[in-house]
Amino acid sequence: MSATDILDLSGAQAAAAIGAGTLSARELFDAYLVRARGDELNCFTWLAEQAPDDAAIAAGSAGPLKAVPLAVKDLFCTEGVPSQSGSRILEGYRPPYTATAVARLKDAGAALLGKTNQDEFAMGSSNENSAFGPVRNPWDRERVPGGSSGGSAAAVAAGLAPWALGTDTGGSIRQPAALCGIVGCKPTYGAISRYGMIAFASSLDQAGPLTRDVTDAALLLRHMVGRDPRDATSLEWVGEVALPRAERLDGVRLGVPRELTGEGIEGGVRDAFQATLARAEELGAQVRDVALAHAPHALSAYYVLAPAEASSNLARFDGVRYGLRAPEAHDLLDMYTRTRHDGFGAEVKRRIMLGTYALSAGYYDAYYGRAQRVRTKIAQDFAAAFAEVDLIVTPTSPTVAFRLGEKTRDPWAMYLNDFCTVPMSLAGIPAISIPCGLSGGLPVGFQIAGPPFSESRLLDAAHALERAIGFDGSPARARGAGAASESAP
Amino acid sequence: MVSVELEPVIGLEIHVQLATRTKMFCGCELSFGEPPNTRTCPVCLGLPGSLPAANARAIHFGLKIGMALGCELAPRSIFHRKNYFYPDLPKGYQISQYDEPLCRGGRLGDVRIHRVHLEEDAAKLVHVGASGRIHGSDASIVDFNRGGTPLAEIVTEPDLRSGEQAREWLGLLRTTLRQLGVSDVNMEEGSLRCDANISVRPLGSEELGVKTELKNMNSFRFIERGIRAEVARQEKLLREGGQVVQETLHFDPASERITSLRSKEEAHDYRYFPEPDLLPVAIEEGMLERARAAMPELPAERAVRLEKKVGLSPESARRLAFRAELGDYFELALAAEVDPAPPAQALANWVVSDLVGRLGDGGADGDPGAGGDPSSSRVQAPALAALVGLVAARRISVGAGRRVLDRLVAEGGDPLAIVQAEGLEAMAGSEDLAAIVAEALAANADAAERVRGGNAKAIGPIVGHVMRATKGRADGGEVTRLVNEQLGID
Repeated sequence: MSATDILDLSGAQAAAAIGAGTLSARELFDAYLVRARGDELNCFTWLAEQAPDDAAIAAGSAGPLKAVPLAVKDLFCTEGVPSQSGSRILEGYRPPYTATAVARLKDAGAALLGKTNQDEFAMGSSNENSAFGPVRNPWDRERVPGGSSGGSAAAVAAGLAPWALGTDTGGSIRQPAALCGIVGCKPTYGAISRYGMIAFASSLDQAGPLTRDVTDAALLLRHMVGRDPRDATSLEWVGEVALPRAERLDGVRLGVPRELTGEGIEGGVRDAFQATLARAEELGAQVRDVALAHAPHALSAYYVLAPAEASSNLARFDGVRYGLRAPEAHDLLDMYTRTRHDGFGAEVKRRIMLGTYALSAGYYDAYYGRAQRVRTKIAQDFAAAFAEVDLIVTPTSPTVAFRLGEKTRDPWAMYLNDFCTVPMSLAGIPAISIPCGLSGGLPVGFQIAGPPFSESRLLDAAHALERAIGFDGSPARARGAGAASESAP
Repeated sequence: MVSVELEPVIGLEIHVQLATRTKMFCGCELSFGEPPNTRTCPVCLGLPGSLPAANARAIHFGLKIGMALGCELAPRSIFHRKNYFYPDLPKGYQISQYDEPLCRGGRLGDVRIHRVHLEEDAAKLVHVGASGRIHGSDASIVDFNRGGTPLAEIVTEPDLRSGEQAREWLGLLRTTLRQLGVSDVNMEEGSLRCDANISVRPLGSEELGVKTELKNMNSFRFIERGIRAEVARQEKLLREGGQVVQETLHFDPASERITSLRSKEEAHDYRYFPEPDLLPVAIEEGMLERARAAMPELPAERAVRLEKKVGLSPESARRLAFRAELGDYFELALAAEVDPAPPAQALANWVVSDLVGRLGDGGADGDPGAGGDPSSSRVQAPALAALVGLVAARRISVGAGRRVLDRLVAEGGDPLAIVQAEGLEAMAGSEDLAAIVAEALAANADAAERVRGGNAKAIGPIVGHVMRATKGRADGGEVTRLVNEQLGID
């Protein structure tokens, strides 16, 4: 196979070829390494120096993931490898242990290719909040890839990695997947252990795959899900994640919530969404309206709850044990203040202040308590809706990829990116984004959400639509890397 | 105000380190003086990405404490985060319980319990430099071995009225906890720590005065003295027309001075919120059954049993019951198969006075429960039983018995063997003894005359003579009987 052919294989296809002996795992890893070294999108914050040694390749090849390279979002702790969560305060930090999700994929044979850029502590929707510079969208380098898992999304879209791991708190997998024209899945809260994920908002954070197709997403999910005694909120997964096979949607009831599909959705996105609904009907689905009355309040609740948890989760970055410590502080308070002043970026500081305020004595009930009640209402809305429909569909993001710098001065405009994805996060339910077409030459994402632990149904529906849509991601791969990728290692 | 009689009102907050094998939220074993930072992991170091997992044994211990104190056990309780910055708190928050604790209400002795909750201990700061305290130290270093040790915090209602009462009640609590097997409850080592909330009010008033919190008094004696000093300070303040300010205080036992740590204005806003990394603690029936099955007999119940069933005096029963190690030792000795068997009351007397007295009383810090633990002495419980049996059967005299006990304490062994080796058997027949008594009367004619004249106390030199001659083997009562007989006294 030529290098280009190799890089056109999906993760599952590459694993199958290695298993069949028609592809060398080392050759594949080297091909991606060369390409990733030529990264002009700033996707990676760290790259493997070389392919794994023979023993590691052999061990990986023995597993179902066949030593196929994997890109991992920076915030997953990986033993001995920089894990900085996009923050200056953790610059150069190499943890002594590996996150459960990554360890499980490694146990299944995956080989770590590199760590990917992200918004600092996963706070952002454009990847412009990274201490290590913004990531560019391979469809248009003047545009953002979305965030916070922007490096993972751009790397997969650009063909710098066959697949990647990300995390989603309010849309951080689904929205960049949509903006980069790939598949991104946020499973049910608790399906994948959070142990070793540098926390943003504990009650919302969830790991998930960013892949070129739905089958790859299912394959990575299969090897990550399940109870982990180190994460008290992780849950038992019954059986095995099935690889999707569905080609039709006969009898599947798809609910369209008007609250998330009307106002605020840009025209080109709405058109692609409507076209996809029509396609779903052609495949046999029944499309009907469904109410999510409290969904429009989701963003407000989210921007109380997530910052509140973040303000506490980020307290550990105090300069005492690891990461940045401001030099020449004259006492303890001064050391704390300077370290956190120098180490955190503007958006992180904004959310720490928001969250600290929301939890303060006298304000707790008005903000945190109220936001929790809204969260409960939203979850109840979903539960009621799923009594009437099997799945709920929306556009993933109200817009296609926007220009770098376009929204950085208006936090609320930036937050609106997550308008369609945050309700599912608050409800803890699974959702997947698949590319459903282009608008002005830029990808549009189609979001499918289901009840807790309905991943198999979700993946099947996504698979059937994916086949029918036939989205072509090759333009991004063709434009994804510079000249360096053409040279030999 | 000046002439009104004032009443101190005191409540305690007690932190108890639970004697689980591992820490509250991770798998690290608890530390007992290991080199610094050797009992740590990503969780108790608060490394990025690590998550807590609650220790089921600590919850079991919490339930046992709740049962022992007669608390209401919450079917569902939750952990909260208590947020503040300090180098001994690696996550920037302590996982504790807030408005839904594991146990509420309850009573121990004459003090009501407000609540019992579980939390994690902080790490230990070591201040490097001449003073050893934070002021004037060159640097502070952190040992995370202690960080994450499970704690039960027990909060009483303000039912105590004096430092002395607080010290005594704390002794009862300590015995109860030790009996439960949930903690080492050692104040010096910090496995039992106590803060006191103190206020004073006019006697007869139902309202509470402004309180101060006296922190971390690390011995029973300091608790009594600290409370006494703070009560005196508040009373003086009020009598002089001043007002108590709500603040947190430190008691320096060396100077008896009380200094302010922080005022109400400087108090932290801990921004409590439910810990999202942990699920609520749901107490299932099986957990309650296990806790119930693991409940030992508690001190108050034991005192009743020792009095009613074993037949001890109320005083002896309490002394044995409220110091579990004495009660355990006593019951072990009582159960020993020795012939002649010791009467229970005599055995109790020998345990609480003769034996404990010889083991050295550690009561220097005012700890009502301090003192030697007989089970860790050289005196085996069956040996003490055998000894008391010999004395009670008059096979040896009380004096000889005490000499045997001295040797048992020093080197252990079998009392009967010591008796035989030292020739301490009581004089077998009265005839030999009668001859020695006659000798003694002859040698102490003056004393004999005074005894005959009705001065019973004058018998001392005569008995002393006999004891010297018999090396203490003579039975005191028998000697007195023979003296009286030979002097013709009825």
